[in-house]
Amino acid sequence: MTAAVTTASATTARGAGKPSRRRTAIWLGLTPFAIYVILFLAIPAVLAVGSGFFTSTGSFTFANFSALADPGVQGDYLGTVALSAFTAVVGAIFGALICLALLATNPTGGLRTAIDSASSVLAQFGGVMLAFAFIATVGANGIITQFLVHAGLTSNVFSSFNHNGALLYQVAGLSLPYLYFQVPLMVLTFMPAMEGLKATWGEANATLGGTRFTYWTRIGFPILAPAFFGSVILLFANSFSSYATAAALISQGGLISLDIRGFINSETVVGHQNAAGVLALAMVVTMIVVMYLYSLLERRASRWRR
Amino acid sequence: MSGPRFGAVPSKTTRNLILIVAGIFTIVPILAMVQFTFQIGQPVDNVQPYGVAHYIDLFNPANESTYDPLFQGVQNSLVIALFTVLIVLVLLLPTMILIELKFPRMRKVLEFICLIPLTIPTVVLVVGFIPAYQTVAQIFGATPYTLAFAIGVICLPYAFRPIATNLAAVEVTTLSEAARSLGASWFEVMWRVILPNLRRGILSAVLLTVAVVLGEYTIAAFLSQTTFQTALLLIQQTDPYAGVIFSVFALVFVFILLVVIGRFGTFRVRGSRPSRRKRTIS
Repeated sequence: MTAAVTTASATTARGAGKPSRRRTAIWLGLTPFAIYVILFLAIPAVLAVGSGFFTSTGSFTFANFSALADPGVQGDYLGTVALSAFTAVVGAIFGALICLALLATNPTGGLRTAIDSASSVLAQFGGVMLAFAFIATVGANGIITQFLVHAGLTSNVFSSFNHNGALLYQVAGLSLPYLYFQVPLMVLTFMPAMEGLKATWGEANATLGGTRFTYWTRIGFPILAPAFFGSVILLFANSFSSYATAAALISQGGLISLDIRGFINSETVVGHQNAAGVLALAMVVTMIVVMYLYSLLERRASRWRR
Repeated sequence: MSGPRFGAVPSKTTRNLILIVAGIFTIVPILAMVQFTFQIGQPVDNVQPYGVAHYIDLFNPANESTYDPLFQGVQNSLVIALFTVLIVLVLLLPTMILIELKFPRMRKVLEFICLIPLTIPTVVLVVGFIPAYQTVAQIFGATPYTLAFAIGVICLPYAFRPIATNLAAVEVTTLSEAARSLGASWFEVMWRVILPNLRRGILSAVLLTVAVVLGEYTIAAFLSQTTFQTALLLIQQTDPYAGVIFSVFALVFVFILLVVIGRFGTFRVRGSRPSRRKRTIS
């Protein structure tokens, strides 16, 4: 079929006369987009990770990599990984539970549609506005914080965490707003796998004398596992690469993305802009490893989705 | 009793319990934000007075200088949204149609390119945008509107998905060959056959692009331009209420945008693309 189409279109092209020139004209049609992508995606990406290898005057160096030896930067990198891992795992568990509950709803009903739309909105709801919502909720004067204060807990978990002021303005506190977009993202990514569980498998389990417990341990969990861990990785990547929410809540350091901001805005030390390139490279390398793992798991997960 | 259950489907009670808890966690931060905009002054005897004063303040000419960055930011963001939509319609859309019609084997390459911005964090791209925009500023001047080029890249995955889903569902090649054999010019094929069939995908792509532009903070912040999001953060220091009021409005606006997309039914963020292979085999 594919071959037939190719021959057919080839004949049409030849029928129209000079095939080579037509072909060139069509290729030319791809150039505007190609130029755009090269100018605004390829070049910036190369500049970003490449700038780490140069000094501010433009000569090649590995000296910027000393930024990675800085204990503060190392701590922030680990902090970013810890925050991303925590919100990915917790978000995945809560999201999977919601997917489970959605199995008991009518796929075309109003409730399901509403939850689907809400998930797609909230999965995108990062940044300054999300920060505002959480400042109003669990910030120093947020309603929940104040409610707890009025209930007699003057020093509750939100108003004072780790003897370091309000929880929300610390890296650990970022997990609250992050979960607010991680859980809906999990619902969006994990629902297809959940819907792939066939009713006949449950019946087979029952006729063979299995209980609901054996259904989950022998059928449900093993089949869902690759998709689940794949989604965990996707959530990790999502949290690892997010910046705006953290930038709105934390003024300095704490996360690797905030260190990039610190290096770029630094006016005291010359060449710090190039150190930002090293951190950018570290982030890209992490993301590539993470996405590679994702593609491996995704390949395994898709086996059951046909 | 609803009869014996064999598979994964939970009971009604479990379902309701999970959904109610999830609903509470979802709604509380939004309600907290809304109630904050109605707060007036400090609590008196532990009772918080409420009113619409902060909403009225927005329209008070005396506050104009305070809110100026915010209105400027909204205006800039809307113009950037317009330019970004143009980038999607003029650069991405024709390329996708051309590849579908003439270079089907390049489909994977295009998909790969369009999904790259999901893999490279925006903060990383920004490190490269800063030197790149020194050149851009020399050509176009230092206006905030040039941000559309950079934000367009961030929008690629979101614009690509719905159009690709739509393209996969419509037999564009067959349709265009039919139209051509009936004597239509390429312009007519595009305008009267292909584009009407892609209406839903294009609409979703445009609305998602607008939503992404209005929510974009990172690029504007690093390139020191005033957009809606950077202005929100700026104004929070002088008048926190105005920032939150605008956030609530923006959230409602984006929610409506996405509900409209949901109505058209072609929007799936990371959903699987309907397989084309199946149809080819049969």
